[in-house]
Order: sequence, then C-alpha cells, then structure tokens
Amino acid sequence: MKVALLQGGRSLERGVSLRSGQRVTEALLDLGHEVDVMDLGPELVTRLENNRPDVVFIALHGTEGEDGTVQALLELLDIPYTGPGVAACKRCMDKSLAKYILREHSLPTPDWVTYSEAAIRDFGAASTFGAAVDRVGLPLVAKPASGGSSLGVKVVTELEQIPNALITALSYDNRALLETWINGRELAVSVLGGDALPVVEAIPTDSNAYDFEARYEIGGASFECPADLDDAETAEVERVALAAYQALGCSGFSRVDIMLGESGPQVLEINAIPGLTETSLLPQAAEAAGLDFDAMVQRILDLAING
Amino acid sequence: MRSSAMRDMMEITARPEVISLAGGLPDTSTFPPEAFAAEMHRIEKTAVAEVLQYGPTEGSWLVREQIVEVMAAEGTRVDAIDITVTTGGQQGIDLITKTLIDPGDVIICDAPTYPGAIPTFCSYEADVRQIEMDADGMRIDLLEEMIESLEAEGRKPKFIYSIPTFQNPGGVTLSLERRRRLVEIAREKEILVIEDNPYGLLRFEGEPLPTLYSLDGGNYVAYLGTFSKILSAGLRIGWLVTPTPIREKVVLGKQAADLCTSTLTQDFAGHFFQSGRWREYVDELTGIYRARRDVMISAMAEYFPHGATWNKPAGGLFIWATMPDVLSSEDLLAKALSKNVAFVPGPNAYVDGRGASSMRLNFSGVKEDEIIEGIRRIGQVAREMLRLYETMTSTDEMKLPPRPSPDGGGSEMRLPPRPPEEDPS
Repeated sequence: MKVALLQGGRSLERGVSLRSGQRVTEALLDLGHEVDVMDLGPELVTRLENNRPDVVFIALHGTEGEDGTVQALLELLDIPYTGPGVAACKRCMDKSLAKYILREHSLPTPDWVTYSEAAIRDFGAASTFGAAVDRVGLPLVAKPASGGSSLGVKVVTELEQIPNALITALSYDNRALLETWINGRELAVSVLGGDALPVVEAIPTDSNAYDFEARYEIGGASFECPADLDDAETAEVERVALAAYQALGCSGFSRVDIMLGESGPQVLEINAIPGLTETSLLPQAAEAAGLDFDAMVQRILDLAING
Repeated sequence: MRSSAMRDMMEITARPEVISLAGGLPDTSTFPPEAFAAEMHRIEKTAVAEVLQYGPTEGSWLVREQIVEVMAAEGTRVDAIDITVTTGGQQGIDLITKTLIDPGDVIICDAPTYPGAIPTFCSYEADVRQIEMDADGMRIDLLEEMIESLEAEGRKPKFIYSIPTFQNPGGVTLSLERRRRLVEIAREKEILVIEDNPYGLLRFEGEPLPTLYSLDGGNYVAYLGTFSKILSAGLRIGWLVTPTPIREKVVLGKQAADLCTSTLTQDFAGHFFQSGRWREYVDELTGIYRARRDVMISAMAEYFPHGATWNKPAGGLFIWATMPDVLSSEDLLAKALSKNVAFVPGPNAYVDGRGASSMRLNFSGVKEDEIIEGIRRIGQVAREMLRLYETMTSTDEMKLPPRPSPDGGGSEMRLPPRPPEEDPS
C-alpha cells in the first residue's frame, strides 16, 4: 500500500511527533508498505495530490496535526487517514469542550472553570478567582486548554498562586482551565478500534505528587501494564473510558487519561492522537494485549481504510 | 537536565520559519569560497591518500603547530607537544571529565555555565556546584567559601571549569585581579582549573586579558580551545592543553572514543592557518559580531519590558538577559515559539533550576534584521504576559504582596538594572 506519513509539524510536541513518525515508518516498511514521509509545510497539499497515497498515517501531535486542521484538508482531498475525524479531534483538543461533552453524557470528570486571556485582560475576570476556587476547591490544577504534555501545568494550593499559574498556562494556549486536583492513581486507557486495551498505570517514582515536571523526566515515573486493579475496578475504568471515547466521537484509536480517586474514575482528557514511540502508552497497552508494534500499526491502517 | 517535554519544545527551532537566537552558531557565510577551493585543490594535487587515512590520536603535527600560533595571538605560550587535538571543544570537555571524574566527584563551575557542559558532567555523575558570577565573572570569594565548606566535609573538587573570557552564557569576563586569585587558589589548594576559551579572540573592544593558562604556566590550569568560532564549527576541531600525566590519560580516552580527529579537516585547517589568512578572517568576523551585538542591544532597549536587565559583552557570541521575576523564561519560550522565535531558557545553564527568568540570546549566527525582529517578538510576548499578570494582581481580591525572589538553592547572576527609561508601550 502507498502510505504518506505525516510527522513533525509546528506544535510544541514536534519532538515526540518526529519520534512517533520514525518508529511508525520503520513498522510500515517492515510491513512491506511504500512510505512517503512528510513534514507540515507549504508543499504538503501539492505533494499529497501528486502522490495520491492510499492512506495517510498521521503521526502528528498537538496543534494543527491533532486539532482537525490536517484532517479537514485530507477530507477535502478525499484521502483516508488514521485516527479520529475532524470533529472528534476538535472536541478532544479543547479540554474544556471535551469536559462539557463528558458531563452531557453523565460521565465523571473533575469540576473546572475556564479562563481566556481575553476575559482576564478585557473583562475583569480576575475578580472571579475566589468564586472559581469556591467551585473547584484547593488544591487545583491550572493547565492550558490544549496540549498533551506536562508543559504549562501547575498545581495551585492557595488562591494567591492563581495569577502565576495562569501566566504559565496561558503561555501555551490563550485559554486555561482551573480543575479540581484529584488525589488518586493515574491511569491511561488506550482504545483501538472501539476496544479498550489493557489499562496502563503511571506510578511516580518521586512521592511529590504535585511535581508534574518530574513525572515526565526520564525515570520520573514507572509504568505498569496491566495496572494492578481488581476486576470490578478494571471493568469500571474501561467502561468510563470507552464511553468517553464514544461521547467525543473518536474512531480508529485514541487514549483516555483517567484519575482513579476515592469517588471512582474521573476522566481528565482524551488524546486524539497519543504518542506512538516505542515507550508510549498506546504501544505498551497494545503489546500487553498481544499486539506487537507492527501489528498495531497495521490494525490502525485497516481501521482507517475500512472504518 | 531539563525535562523531555522541554527538549521536545526546542525541536521547533529547527524549522526554517523560526528566527533562532538559541544557537551558538558562528557566521560561516563570509568564509571566502575561493580559499576553500584553494585548500581542496591543494589536497587534490598533493594529499589525497594522506587525508583519507587515519592520523595520530594526539592530532596532526601541523595543526598542533598552528594551535601554538593561535594561542600566541592571545599571549599564551604553549609547546605543541602538550596539545591534544580533539573533535571539537565539546570532545575536550567530555575527555577531561571522563578522565578525571568518578561518580560523586565535585566539579565547580560558573553559574550560569555553558549549557552543553551540563549533560556531559551529569552523564559522568559528577556533583556539580555552581558559583555565582557578577559583572567581573565568577565570584572568587564564593569559590573560596565553597572550597572551604567542601574541605570541612573532607572533600575536594576534582576540577574547576570556567569560561573566563566572554563567558557562555553570561557574556561577562573574569577580571585580571580575579584571574590572578583563581590561579593562586589552584596552586595553593592543588586543584585543577579547566579554562575553556572558545571566544577569546572575538574581542569587540578593550584590551585582552592574560589567559589563566598563561598566568599559571600550565601547572594547575588545563586549557580548552576550538577552531569552531574562529574558523568553522563544521570542521570539528578543538584542542586540550594539559599537564603531561593528564594528557596521557586523555589520549587513551580519545583512542577509545574515536582514534583520531578527522585527518581531512585537520589538513584543511592546518594549511589554512599556516597561510596566515585566519587573522584577517577573525577580524572580519569580529566586525560582523560587534555590529550584531550593537543591533541586539538597541533592539532590547527598544522592545524589552521595563524591569528587564541585560549585559553588554565586550566579545563573544551571547547576551544574557533577565526578565522581571514573574516571567518564566521557559513559559515565555513557548509563547515566543508561537511567534516563530527561539532562545535558550536560563535553567538550561544551571543544574538546580536557577535562571528561571533569564535567557541566553545569540547574536553571531543571525542577520541584523532578524535580530531586530526576533527581539521585537520576544519583547512583545513578554509585555503581553506582564500586562496580563498586572491585570490579575490589581483586582481587590488579588492584591498581592510582592513575589518573593526565587530561593531554589542560591542566588542568580543578575546584572545591575539599566537606568530607568520610558516604557514605550
């Protein structure tokens, strides 16, 4: 098959995307496909039109690659592509919108408020920080409304820290969320073709739960797959994850990030196109389900073509 | 070392639309193509078989003789026999660290220090201690305190790593008085000093200062040099001058690492330097960099927010700037990247998270109009974020006490604030 692989792009997650792309390219070649590797740039559309690939493998993360921009172009060019469609990408990329949709489907997600840079700058929104804290409680997590990594995420333990935390979060997007901090276990459920793969748990090696950056350092967290959950917990986590995946209209594959606290699983966000490096969570979960990297890539391609 | 998410962020700087003030690149665009062709022609006629062969691990004799000349231009006398040619200055840092450091050994260096040295020191599991600098370079009083407090624990640093001239990233130069004192301390305490001097010949104004090596005579000072900033970074030629017992170990280490530095590039560089044309070329580069520094400084004065500080280096490639405390340079980089401009955030030059509001800006590898545009964009996003912060903290609910200065394990290099001036916003 003729596969165009898109990698790189202009988002802050370009580095992960290049690594995802490289690993997927190796797999595609192993599988005997013809691969044309492309970065996002002015020649993108012309090259796709001239080469007419059978399918586009999107190994992009973050803005433009994961937010529906590229997907909408591929719809216009009438070329099948991997992963969720335009609308699902848009819903997942906007963490606030995703949470509204989850709530509409009666799915659990922590309380939150959203602030835009404009509302703070032009409408005096800062006067509502006290009300925001009343609603979501302390500690809370401030994070950019988009973006899939730890960048721009800070834990706030008192009201006075909010301006600093928001300045950070708003450096990565023009909207930010203040969300209830959930004390619990950090789980990721990858969904492939409508099936939940074994649950992965990220276990911080450092006990300081507030240090988000540390968790993303090499060795900052260890991963366990399948997570050490009892059958009832596993069933509930998987049920919530699949329901979230469907509520947002995802297809192909995606990853649902969940905190398992005292009140049961709470969905934090859905990554429309999660990392696909050797050590990423989706490939780990696929491996635990008996699907090696190549087989996983082939399955993703099949889903793109056959739906 | 910084988080992988931060490293990923830096990947964007490679995209063509990004104005990168993050690099440490020399401007190689003015190297005369005919000089390049002449060297290649000479090789074609006389040296093909030789340059395609292995060479001595210590480096070619011709290059070592030329290094003697280059160092003499800074008033430093060395014997060619004491020189080991390395594959770039970076390999020199690696070899000396590999040779001398066991896990847990103490390395003392400038704060901030060369961001590229930190991963090397950390990969050999050194215990890195950083000494604050001011406008005269490393604070030698603090260095003495550090050595004493280590002595009290029964420990002694394995070496002191410093870039005394046009420091990377600080841009400052160690004063003569401090140079003398540093060399004295090295002798008294029998501690090796590694003098890294990639930029010494790129002086824009003022009189050259003696190198630490020349003040010490090569007993307790080892010297790291490079052709990267005065000829070409792509040739990958640097050198180490070390006392004999260390040199023997360094050569063994180099043998294990890569047997020898490229014979082809050594031949090219050796003959180019022998022709003497390098002096003219360095003068030309210095003129270009001086103009770029001036353009950057005036752009900063125009566009950076009130409360930002920076220095005016008398040479080298970098300016170190510090934004008002509420701005984190890592967050600011994310915002700046969305406007297609990049710089190195301050924490990359520290092992302990200091430098949160600082940044390293390179002026040598970017053309003047791009410097102005890059600085304008950084200034714009910094002002936007500051205004937002002020809006948030000026409501009745959020009237805040002034933010305490960061206390992450020591103070930071902070240059005296520039005189107040009208904020053009």
